[in-house]
Amino acid sequence: MSKVTIEEVQALARLAKITLSDAQAVRMQEEISAILGFVEQLNTVDTKGLEPTYQVTGLMNVTRSDEVIEYGVTPAQLLANAPATQDGSLKVKRVL
Amino acid sequence: MDIRTSRIIPIVEAVKSGNSSARKEVEAAFARIEATAAYHAVLEVVKDRALQRADEIDRAIAAGATPGRLAGVPFIVKDNILTLGSNTTAASNILRDFKAPYQATVIDRLEAEGAIVVAKANLDSFGHGSSTENSDFGVTLNAHDQTRVPGGSSGGSTTAIALELTPFALGTDTGGSIRQPSSFSGVLGLKPTYGAVSRFGAVAMASSTDTIGPITSSAYDAALVLEIMGGQDERDGTSIQIPMETLPLDVTGLRVGVIKQYMDEGVQPEVKARVAAAVDRLGAAGATISEVDVPSLALALPAYYIIIPAELSSNLARYDGIKYGHVAEDAKDLSEQYSQTRTEGFNSENIRRIMIGTYVLSSGYFDAYYRKAQTVRTLIINEFSNAFKTVDMLVGPVAPTTAFKIGENTTDPLQMYLADVMTVGISLAGLPAASVPVGTADGLPVGMQVVGPQRADMKVLALAGEIMKEAA
Repeated sequence: MSKVTIEEVQALARLAKITLSDAQAVRMQEEISAILGFVEQLNTVDTKGLEPTYQVTGLMNVTRSDEVIEYGVTPAQLLANAPATQDGSLKVKRVL
Repeated sequence: MDIRTSRIIPIVEAVKSGNSSARKEVEAAFARIEATAAYHAVLEVVKDRALQRADEIDRAIAAGATPGRLAGVPFIVKDNILTLGSNTTAASNILRDFKAPYQATVIDRLEAEGAIVVAKANLDSFGHGSSTENSDFGVTLNAHDQTRVPGGSSGGSTTAIALELTPFALGTDTGGSIRQPSSFSGVLGLKPTYGAVSRFGAVAMASSTDTIGPITSSAYDAALVLEIMGGQDERDGTSIQIPMETLPLDVTGLRVGVIKQYMDEGVQPEVKARVAAAVDRLGAAGATISEVDVPSLALALPAYYIIIPAELSSNLARYDGIKYGHVAEDAKDLSEQYSQTRTEGFNSENIRRIMIGTYVLSSGYFDAYYRKAQTVRTLIINEFSNAFKTVDMLVGPVAPTTAFKIGENTTDPLQMYLADVMTVGISLAGLPAASVPVGTADGLPVGMQVVGPQRADMKVLALAGEIMKEAA
C-alpha cells in the first residue's frame, strides 16, 4: 500500500520547487512509499526520557567579535557567478 | 607511525634536495592522470594554477626559503570542495560551470605547506550515492576491476589513490562516503571526528554529519594531512581542536571490541572472514579482544534516511538559479524560474532525497519522523559511549559486501542505501572512523572499520597503521 498519494507527491514537489511529470510522480510515489515504510520501524522504538540530538560537538553559542574579516573576495567576484546582475546587485524575474 | 610506508615523505625529500622539483612532481601526476583516464577518476585537471604554484615553490626553495612540510606534493580533491583555478561542480549539472570565488580552509592550509591541487575527483552528485553512479558526468571505475563500482560518494578520490595518481586525496563523508569507497578500492580513508576538520568551503550536504577527510595508502600520510588541514577554524563555527600528536601505539593490552551487530549473517562470508582474520592478528599481537553489543545500531540506517534528507533538502534550497549555477532560460516569473532551474539541474536521486526531506520536515510529520529519528540518534550515541567505557577501539566491517557490479543496485534506491548500513551509525554519533585495507576476497579489496571515541582520530590512525603492518 502506498504511504503517500499522488496528490501528496505533487504537493511535496511544489513545496520543493520541483516539477514532476505524471510518470515521474508515480515512480516517486512508489519509491517514497518504500523508503517511508523502511524508516517507520523507528516508531516501535522506546525513546521515553531521551532528548533528541541535533549536533554532536557539545559547542554552545560560538561567537566572535563583531568586526569585518577580510577574506580577499570582492563583491564583483561573488557576483561573477550570478546569471543576471544589474548595478552591482542580483537581478531576478518578476515575482507576480 | 611507520614513516617507511609514506608516499609523501620521499617526494618532499626529493624536492628539498633538488633531486626532483615541484614542477616535475606535478607533471608526473598529470601524466599518470592522463594514462588512467579510462577510469574516469578525475573530472578536471587543474593545469595552469598547479604549474604556476609548482614554479613558485621551486623558485622559493632555490632562493633558500624553508620548504613546507608538503613541498611539491600533488593531491586530488573531491569536486564538492571549493578550489581556485578550476570549476567546483559537485558532479551536478546545476553547478556544471561553477567557479568558486574563494577556496576551502582545508585547501588553504594544505597549500600553505606546499601541497598542490592537480585535479578534481568524481563523486555521486552532491554526495548522494554509494557508487559514483549518481554522478551527472559518468561513473568512475574500480581500480581493481573495471566492471565494478569504486564505491561512493568519494569514489573518484579512492580510485585515484588506488591507481597511485597522487600520494593523498581528499574526500567527504556524511554517512560513509570516505569509508565505503576506501573499502571497495583497497585504500586507507579516515572520516574524522565531526568538527575536527573545518567544513568551510565544502558543498553542504547534511550539516550535522558532513566531514572532510584524507584518503591515502599509509597511516603516516593520513595523520600528516589531518594534522595540517584539521583543527579549529574561525570560518566554521562548528569546528573544534582535537589532539593532533602522533603517539606510538602499543597494541599489547589495547582493548579492541568487535561490534556484534556488524558481524551477523547479513555480511558476505568472505568479508567477515577477512575482518575476523585481522582481529585474530591483533589478538596475536597482544590486544585484548571482546565482542561488544551496540543493539540500536540496527536503527541507524532508518534514522539516517530521515535526518540526512531533512538536512540536505534545506541545504539544497540555495540552488535557485539566482546567485550561481544553472538557470532555466525561458521561465516567465520567479517561481517558475526556481522550479525549472531545479528540475533541469537536479538528478533523480537528488530529487528523491529532497522530496523525502521535505516530507519529514512538513508540519504534522515533523515529530513523528524527524524528532523521533534525532531521539534514536541519542540512543545510539549513548550506546557508543557505554561501549567505550569497556574498550579502547571498536572494529568491524566497513560494508557488508565487496565492490558490486556497475548497474547492479541502480534500480532499487533502498538496496543502494544498504551499502551504508555499517557506516551511518558512526556518522550520527560524530565518531572518528577509518577504513583499513585487510586483504582481498576473489581479488576485490576488503576494508576493516576502526572506530574510536570522539577526538581520538590520531589513535584510530595509529591502530590502522598497526593493522596494515600486520596485513602486509
